[in-house]
Amino acid sequence: MAEFALEMRNLTKRFGNNLAVDGVNLAILHGEVFGFLGPNGAGKTTTVRMLACLIAPSSGEARVNGHKVGVDDMQIRREVGILTETPGLYERLSARLNLEIYAKLYGVKDVAGQVERYLRLLELWDRRNDNAGTFSKGMRQKLAIARALLHEPPVLFLDEPTAALDPSAAKTVRDFIETLRGEGRTIFLCTHNLDEAERLCDRIAVFRQRLIAVDTPDALRRQLFGRQVAVRLRTANPAFEQAVRGLDFVQSLSAQDSEMQIQLTDPEAQTPLIVRRLVEAGADVQYVAEVKHSLEDVYLSLVNGGSAQRGGVQ
Amino acid sequence: MKQIHTIIGKEWTDMVHNKLVLYLLILLPLLMTALPVALLYFMGKAPVNQQDMEEMGRLLANPIFGGMSPAETMQSAMASTMLILFLMMPLAVPVTIAAYSIVGEKVEHSLEPLLATPITTTQLLLGKSIAASAPAIVITWFCYVVFLIFARLFSVSDRVFNTFVNPMWLIAMLLLVPLLTIMAVSVGIIISSRSTDPRAAEQLGALVVFPLMAFFLGTMAGFILLNTTTFLLTSAIVALLDVGLVYAGVALFQRETILTRWK
Ligand SMILES: Nc1ncnc2c1ncn2[C@@H]1O[C@H](COP(=O)(O)OP(=O)(O)O)[C@@H](O)[C@H]1O
Ligand SMILES: [Mg+2]
Repeated sequence: MAEFALEMRNLTKRFGNNLAVDGVNLAILHGEVFGFLGPNGAGKTTTVRMLACLIAPSSGEARVNGHKVGVDDMQIRREVGILTETPGLYERLSARLNLEIYAKLYGVKDVAGQVERYLRLLELWDRRNDNAGTFSKGMRQKLAIARALLHEPPVLFLDEPTAALDPSAAKTVRDFIETLRGEGRTIFLCTHNLDEAERLCDRIAVFRQRLIAVDTPDALRRQLFGRQVAVRLRTANPAFEQAVRGLDFVQSLSAQDSEMQIQLTDPEAQTPLIVRRLVEAGADVQYVAEVKHSLEDVYLSLVNGGSAQRGGVQ
Repeated sequence: MKQIHTIIGKEWTDMVHNKLVLYLLILLPLLMTALPVALLYFMGKAPVNQQDMEEMGRLLANPIFGGMSPAETMQSAMASTMLILFLMMPLAVPVTIAAYSIVGEKVEHSLEPLLATPITTTQLLLGKSIAASAPAIVITWFCYVVFLIFARLFSVSDRVFNTFVNPMWLIAMLLLVPLLTIMAVSVGIIISSRSTDPRAAEQLGALVVFPLMAFFLGTMAGFILLNTTTFLLTSAIVALLDVGLVYAGVALFQRETILTRWK
């Protein structure tokens, strides 16, 4: 077995003069659920299309389960499942037939068995004989996900699986993806939905034409904002701020009205010292809490290239 | 093989669900069959005058009509010109089906997941071509049989009937019909994989195929020697063209271009 499920080296795609994907270097482990997070037009679909051997890289290389894109395309196609941006079902055919066709194309041994298994798993069994054209958006998406899984691919690409869905359909789909975790499959999930990425993914790449950051959701937060505590006082006073700044372990401090956000290396040990110093200076401390930046803050600040914004107190 | 089979199965199920295409596929040839049948009937009844016979002088020189009475020759010759109709019969609907097949799936977004499966371009295109041509070929044969039944009834003599099952007709039916259909369908597929709009593709398919056929059949009719050798030769030429067109179809099918051309 190859060391990585997915490997990209300087993967680049140009459309004429338009650089859609610029020198991506990434290695994704077997069984990892990897979030590929970026705004519209970031190049997510283009990346997935290259990895699924639908379009050729302009330069650089990619490997899927050790097979090189552009060389072992047929083998890669057998080993990956893909949920494309639009479900692309055969609308005039029944749900069951839609799946049977793909099961056969993927050379599934037990066609009827696999089709039934996934129709049941995705709660479409009762509607199996209805034409896909009569399905709601959520059901179509589920059918398309079933279609991508019939041949039990070790690598699964999901291109914005919930983007076009209403909140409740999105939740159903997200819940299903969650059940896929721990089946040992590698999942490459494109999304611009942060909650989705955070909830489902082991690691996240923030991506816009090129990779901006790659890490676990927690580490991404920490990497960008460090750890911060917020202290709310009854009244604002520059003297209090000065007092805290005087402590040598305070890395940075921002004050707004009567609230200070203080960046620390070891909040558990340092917070009591700050409180003591403030009380000595005559401040009335109303509350103290660690600041949790939402992934959204991280994302916005990364994608917009701006500075870290003030987080909220949790 | 299994992949081709799956594609054919899919296309046919889709066809059955698409009533309009299905009716056209069946009814058009049947309507076209009515024409030679009617001609046969009225020619059998019509009095033959000398002037007609002179005009047909060239036809009569054809050994096929050797030993026939003027009435027999008239009926046989007029009905024989309808052979052309049988050659046109399986072209119109399949070419539109083929012209829709790729660009249609592209606009319905079903092409991308399909191309992500382990299917080769050759398998995909062969599946689509066979799916578009086979029903039309079979229906044309069926219409030929219908025509023969009526010919049995309306022919003024056995000699006339026999001209419709002579080697020339059999070669036309068994060789030329399938070969011309494959030609039309291959052109349709090429148009489909190079175009951006299904309707335009269908129209272009019809536009390209008809002059092509007219040229072909016109030249053939011009020889009007209507003999076995001409038909065999034509079949051989069409077969060669078919092979070239199928290869061209695969070569011109650029997966990436088809998927990313329109945004
Ligand atoms: N077929 C194409 N031709 C030209 N440009 C394209 C094509 N496909 C995508 N692009 C461009 O590449 C960039 C990335 O697109 P895409 O991969 O669809 O982004 P995402 O999936 O992240 O929304 C965009 O700027 C888009 O306009
Ligand atoms: Mg996209």
